[in-house]
Amino acid sequence: MSVPGPWYLVLAAVLFGIGATGLVARRNILVMYMCIELMLNAVNLTFVTFARMLNDIGGQDAVFFILVVAAAEVVVGLGIIVAIYRRRAGATADDVNSLKG
Amino acid sequence: MVNAAYVIVALPLLGFAINLVLGRRLGEPLAGWVGTAAAGGSFVAALITWVAMLGKPATERVADLSILSWIPVAGLHAGMGLWVDPLSLTMVLFVTGVSTVIHLYSIGYMHRDPGFARFFVYLNLFLFSMVVLVLADNFLFSFLGWEGVGFCSYGLVGFWFQREVAAVAAKKAFVTNRVGDVGFLIAIFFIFDHFGSLNYSTVLGTLVGGHPTGLMAGAPGAIAGSTATAITMLLFLGAIGKSAQIPLYIWLVDAMEGPTPISALIHAATMVTAGVYLMSRVAPLLHYAHATSWVIVSFGTGSAFLAATIACAQDDIKKTLAYSTISQLGYMFMAIGSGDYAAGLFHMMTHAFFKALLFLGAGAVIHAMADRQDMKQMGGLARYMPLTAITFGCGWLAISGIVPFAGFWSKDAVLEGVWQMNKVLWGIGAFTAGLTAYYMSRQVALVFTGQARWREARPVPLEAHDAGGHDAGGNEAGGHDGASQRGLPAPAHGGEPHDATWTMSLPLVILAIASVLGGGIDFTAFGHFDFLTRFLSPIFPTATTITVSTATKWTLSLVTLAICLVGLTLGLRTWRTAEHPQLEPTFLRRAWFIDDTVAATVNGPLRAGAAVLAFVVDRGIVDGAVNGIAGLLEASGRVARRLQTGYLRTYAIGIGVGLVVVLAYLTFRVGS
Amino acid sequence: MSLFAATGLAVASAWAVYGVGAALILAGALGVVLLHNPVHCALSLVTTIFGIALLFIDQGAYFLAAVQVIVYAGAIVILFLFVIMLLGVDKREARVAGQASSMVPLAVTVGLVAVIELLVLVRVHYWATGAKTTTGSLSGAGADVQKLGQSIFTSYLLPFEMTSALLVIAVVAAVTLVRRGGAPPPQAPPRKAAAALRPPARAPEAPSGATTAARQPASAGRPAAASSTRQEQAG
Repeated sequence: MSVPGPWYLVLAAVLFGIGATGLVARRNILVMYMCIELMLNAVNLTFVTFARMLNDIGGQDAVFFILVVAAAEVVVGLGIIVAIYRRRAGATADDVNSLKG
Repeated sequence: MVNAAYVIVALPLLGFAINLVLGRRLGEPLAGWVGTAAAGGSFVAALITWVAMLGKPATERVADLSILSWIPVAGLHAGMGLWVDPLSLTMVLFVTGVSTVIHLYSIGYMHRDPGFARFFVYLNLFLFSMVVLVLADNFLFSFLGWEGVGFCSYGLVGFWFQREVAAVAAKKAFVTNRVGDVGFLIAIFFIFDHFGSLNYSTVLGTLVGGHPTGLMAGAPGAIAGSTATAITMLLFLGAIGKSAQIPLYIWLVDAMEGPTPISALIHAATMVTAGVYLMSRVAPLLHYAHATSWVIVSFGTGSAFLAATIACAQDDIKKTLAYSTISQLGYMFMAIGSGDYAAGLFHMMTHAFFKALLFLGAGAVIHAMADRQDMKQMGGLARYMPLTAITFGCGWLAISGIVPFAGFWSKDAVLEGVWQMNKVLWGIGAFTAGLTAYYMSRQVALVFTGQARWREARPVPLEAHDAGGHDAGGNEAGGHDGASQRGLPAPAHGGEPHDATWTMSLPLVILAIASVLGGGIDFTAFGHFDFLTRFLSPIFPTATTITVSTATKWTLSLVTLAICLVGLTLGLRTWRTAEHPQLEPTFLRRAWFIDDTVAATVNGPLRAGAAVLAFVVDRGIVDGAVNGIAGLLEASGRVARRLQTGYLRTYAIGIGVGLVVVLAYLTFRVGS
Repeated sequence: MSLFAATGLAVASAWAVYGVGAALILAGALGVVLLHNPVHCALSLVTTIFGIALLFIDQGAYFLAAVQVIVYAGAIVILFLFVIMLLGVDKREARVAGQASSMVPLAVTVGLVAVIELLVLVRVHYWATGAKTTTGSLSGAGADVQKLGQSIFTSYLLPFEMTSALLVIAVVAAVTLVRRGGAPPPQAPPRKAAAALRPPARAPEAPSGATTAARQPASAGRPAAASSTRQEQAG
């Protein structure tokens, strides 16, 4: 009735990989954040696929919670970004390195 | 017989515990009485056990009483138990007896010493350890007692540890003992290796239904001669250390820094006899190890002779007696080596009596002389201290081997066995007996006869004394060695040296009686009075039978007596005056320079070795390793710090790499 | 796979749906990563989100698909765009020296390796033990919303409450972070969005829509103002 599960898993894996690469390759902090969202979405897809494959609602519960937490995370993250970067235009992630040890 | 044996061991332990916890509160003299009561009770229990033992037939007088299982480990089942047989009971009897007497003496002697309670703590612990050593039923438990007496010796020699000399002497005693203990330990290993057990019943055999079994039966092929030789040689090494024979005797002389009761108890009567006891105990093994017997006899003879020569030239009253102890211990080993164990034990008993007596008397003299120990500054004390003089005289005659005092009989018993073994050694032994008489007479002459040189003597520096060594106080006091060095007020008494209090004089009397009558224990010359020999014979079936004819025995006795009398008169005559430098060559005064040689060796190469170990190995390698690790960690930290770039993306990629690694692990695990 | 017992048309349509979804997803993802203008990246993200929602529907998770679109596309991406506008991020990323160029190859490598490993794991799928959780089966009578609700409000009640607390904390944190001694917090979205959605059975934070929320910056007290962000996510 529908495409077999592993195909979705593969897709999610590829999406995750793209997100990971983008996270490291981009310098704009907001784009990096979007790549994080990509990865989260990949995980969501994986969970739903497994919910279907294993015939268990637990996967969808997980997605539910991941959505909530992702939203909260975006709120706080954007708050931090705004707090740090509002002064400067064109700030990038590389400019915040005061944690250098 | 059974229950009393436990009491023998338990009472000193109890006394130790009481004095340890409550001693300071009990104070003097109650703490001393507690200790004496414990020792006395132990002696009574020993008597009861002995009487019970006598009630049994001669061939069933062995009891193995187990107390608890101590080390049950993989094949080694060492327990704590008591082995009650004639040998151990003989030892216990005179150990506890002499201990009681000396405890009593110490109450008076340690009067006003700030460490009074501590003294009796140690004394009781010592008695407990000695009893354990003697009554143990396996080598390991006995070794526990062995180490215990060594430790107590350390604590008591260094009793006045504020004096550096005493502390150093205590250390020397302990370390030298330790050198011997290595032998004992390795012997234990060998014993376990060969016999699979450390119990006397297994290793040495026992009496079953009147018949000796195991090694006691002397059955041929029971053990290889080389194994027995190795074991007994190593045990003898331990005995050398503990009983101060060549070459490990050097500690005994320095141990005279301890209080005189200690010298009397530990270094004359009991602890130093532990080595003799040990070698007697392994008599069945010695039966197979003829080489060791010869070694024992030789070392004993050598020590006897060496120490006697040195004693002839000593000025210190206690050091003379110390060398005398070494010499007499040599006699005991001569007997053991020749196979006549009963003779050795007989001499041990009589020696305990008269040597303790001599030491205690010396203590009284030292007290009277306000802690001076130089015999050249004494003299003529017989007039002022008659009781002490008489008792000291009993001891003197006993040790000189004059009939009918105890020493005559025991020394003759020893020399008989040696004659049977080797005439030359007998000759040396007899000559040494003469030397013994000579130096003891010298001592008696210097101390008790002649002019009262102490009147002109320089006062002891630390307190204000008049010429007689008394301060203006005038209180009666007990006696203590080195009191002036301890900073205590000097003993002040009426004005002149006099006999001590009853607590100190009574022991002297008791021991004097024992010295006079002690020969009655074993009149081997007269046949039916050889109580000790008969008492001990069931457990020494492998002892050498003395086949010397009675006529020869009498001849030898008379010859020895003559030699001793010659020595005695020589000593008395010559030393009426104190100045005979030609009779005291430096060689002898400096103890054949052996101590100096040892000191030079220790100071030279050993110290250099120790310096290497301390500075190169310890500071360089060990500390270097530890600090090096710290430095390494710091360096690695500095390197790892570069991971903290502060850049967000580096961290992100770190997470990515970590993810890759984890996934890789999972992937590769799939195949397994 | 008894799924192939279905008719050829069903199979083909299933694959078509999958293909479309996959195309959307991958196009969007590559767009996020490769495009220069951050606004374009945000729009690509929306594409990806739609693709994911499509695949959710394809797998029978209808409720989640709806929520996905509402929350992600409707709120999160909007937030992103707000911040982009607010900060005035440049249209181009300036190529500055530093960490920049050296990272890309490494990033690509890491990404590729991760993907490959995941693919291998997918292929082997040894992790499917077949063990079920206690939450209940997906198939069976009832809509997936019902099953989802049942499992959340019974088995996962504690995580549920904790996430609600998390949301409150997030709101407080956001407000605290951007308040800076009198500086005005960022502008809230228009009020109609706030009024549009009332949380059905939500915690009693009174939504006022006004963003002059906070009292003291460092206090952790319950804020009277709930940002619309929180509101929209609470659906």
